[in-house]
Amino acid sequence: MSITVETMAPVPTRPWRNSRATGMRNLGAIVLAAICGAAINQVTGLSGFLGLFLAAAFLFPVFVAVANAKRGANVVTDRIASAVIAVAFIAVTIPWLSIFITVFQKGSEAFHSSYLTDDMRITPSGDDLQYGGIAHAMVGTLLMVIVATIISVPFGIIAAIYIVEVKGRFAGLIRFLVQAMSGVPSIVAGLFVYSTVVIFFGGFSAWAGAVALSILMLPTVARTSEEVLKLVSVDLRTSSAALGATQARTVFTVVIPTVASGLITAAVLGVARVVGETAPLILTSSYFVATSTNLNDPIASLPIYIFSSLGLGDQNATARAWGGALVLLGLVFFFFLLTRIFSSRIKRK
Amino acid sequence: MGLPFTVSCEHYGVQTTVPEKRSIENNLTRVDKVFQNLVTLGAFFSMVVLAAIGGFLLYRGFEIFKDFGFSFITGSKWDIGNPEDTSTAILGIGAMLVGSIITAIIAVLLSVPFAVATALLIEFYVPGWIKTILVSILDLVAALPSVVFGIWGYAVLLPLVEDWSVTIEHYLGWIPIFNVPSGIFGRSPFLAGLLLSLMIVPIITSVAREVYSQAPRDLIDAASALGGTRWGALRAVVLPFGRSGLVGGTMLGLGRALGETVAVYLTLNLVFEINFKILASAGGNVASLIATKFGEATEYELKALMASGLVLFLVTLLVNFGATMIVNKSRKIV
Repeated sequence: MSITVETMAPVPTRPWRNSRATGMRNLGAIVLAAICGAAINQVTGLSGFLGLFLAAAFLFPVFVAVANAKRGANVVTDRIASAVIAVAFIAVTIPWLSIFITVFQKGSEAFHSSYLTDDMRITPSGDDLQYGGIAHAMVGTLLMVIVATIISVPFGIIAAIYIVEVKGRFAGLIRFLVQAMSGVPSIVAGLFVYSTVVIFFGGFSAWAGAVALSILMLPTVARTSEEVLKLVSVDLRTSSAALGATQARTVFTVVIPTVASGLITAAVLGVARVVGETAPLILTSSYFVATSTNLNDPIASLPIYIFSSLGLGDQNATARAWGGALVLLGLVFFFFLLTRIFSSRIKRK
Repeated sequence: MGLPFTVSCEHYGVQTTVPEKRSIENNLTRVDKVFQNLVTLGAFFSMVVLAAIGGFLLYRGFEIFKDFGFSFITGSKWDIGNPEDTSTAILGIGAMLVGSIITAIIAVLLSVPFAVATALLIEFYVPGWIKTILVSILDLVAALPSVVFGIWGYAVLLPLVEDWSVTIEHYLGWIPIFNVPSGIFGRSPFLAGLLLSLMIVPIITSVAREVYSQAPRDLIDAASALGGTRWGALRAVVLPFGRSGLVGGTMLGLGRALGETVAVYLTLNLVFEINFKILASAGGNVASLIATKFGEATEYELKALMASGLVLFLVTLLVNFGATMIVNKSRKIV
């Protein structure tokens, strides 16, 4: 007969987990701050939602301090710091939320049944909102982004392979240059392409726009690919080498297939980064009102559509700009979701 | 699995000869040589692009530097004069350069406290699943196109900031930078800086978060075990540890703010005069200047825009080099 002794291993707790009492005190302070904020909001000039928030934001840390006053200076400082951090975070998310909400509200006004399939060929921007659409801009953006992807993704992945796989003498330098390249202002990339591609070929073209976008896309792709390639375990590489494979074979048949979804994530992140770039396209692909697939001519794009509609000052044109912004936001959101899906797939491996 | 005793060969009269060290050869096959050389070649593409950007902008704008010399950077006047006669032109981006720096500094000053707070909140205050959500949100905001920020800043933020500016000027107008003698508020450096700060908070936050997450865990736990408060540990361990990383992240944000075009174009009124009154509707910005003047520029003016592009490129490159070096260094400590 054996005796089994059951021991309970202590569950690791996170340090400084709030006790229930602290939680209740915080909740009380929030409610009180909200009530007093609302009162101030009614009585004084701090009106509107922002006024309410501002008043409550200043009162909350004060109330928290008062609630904890009995527990000593250190605790009071700690609670005030927590309150200020929370308030600061909420303060910075309010404008971001406002962006999403405003774009959605104002953007949906411009939508009509054939908004996504019409273009502006026969419609002046100031025309009624039931005419015209953004098909031309979507086609143009799509074409340029595809070409930019084809140019930049191979170079980005090659730079990553050089840093992670080949581990050449210049790996540090290349990583440094790629990081520096990610800081090139988009308008400078546009000026550069204007001074080369546009001037050599004698005019604005979709090609030029795509080249400008690819310059901006490359660093994102390279850096993400580098992170992704580092995830491949060394065992896989050494096993492959032990079986007699050359490095090239190892890279192409072992490393890259292992992290294929990660590399796709890198490409999609790059696309999300450049799909809304405006400044370089002003200088390279310009704008065109009709749907066009000719890459040698100026072509429409969503950002320029927004930008040029906004510049007109006309009410309907401005509404169109918001509509374009909504579609652009939707595109960015879509690409962003794609990256999440692909990167969750790689984590599961 | 070590043996419990050691065997000494000499006791048994066995002579051993130590074999000579085998030299390991690592000759690459021809395929690998080609592969490595090709990859190396491709990897230098980024250097080629950077060099080409600098080279071509210098080539196109060289005439301007030759004609104006240093006064192109210090002068604040932008006058093409007679379009037929380039010698009548007076071109200088001094006001624009100063304006760019003012706007970017406002953006950085406004964003750093919020970025630090957000980074601390994500790393040390919220449970794991909320952390995942918040990181996703920050990544999404970082990917928002600048034209979306711009259109929002113009339509929503502009009227609000105009109201606030009037109030600030009313109470703090005796401080020179808040004084607005012209009485015209609106598309001011403050508005542009505020909008830019919203754009760079995610950038600074993500760098700060990365550095803070590497803060020595044992020191934090020790602080907890000694009965210290959370803020005590953050102030004594995490914040000092992450200081240089935060500086690097801030400089990355500064670089982004300096080069931002469309958001500034829509929210800043360009005036060719150095102006430190941040609430007045008059400011300068190199990137915005290029976008504004490009449409109807004469050939000579275009060269001047190329030259301003080169100046902007060099300034942002310098800031980014510094930022990258600081960030990489703070990564290496760990």
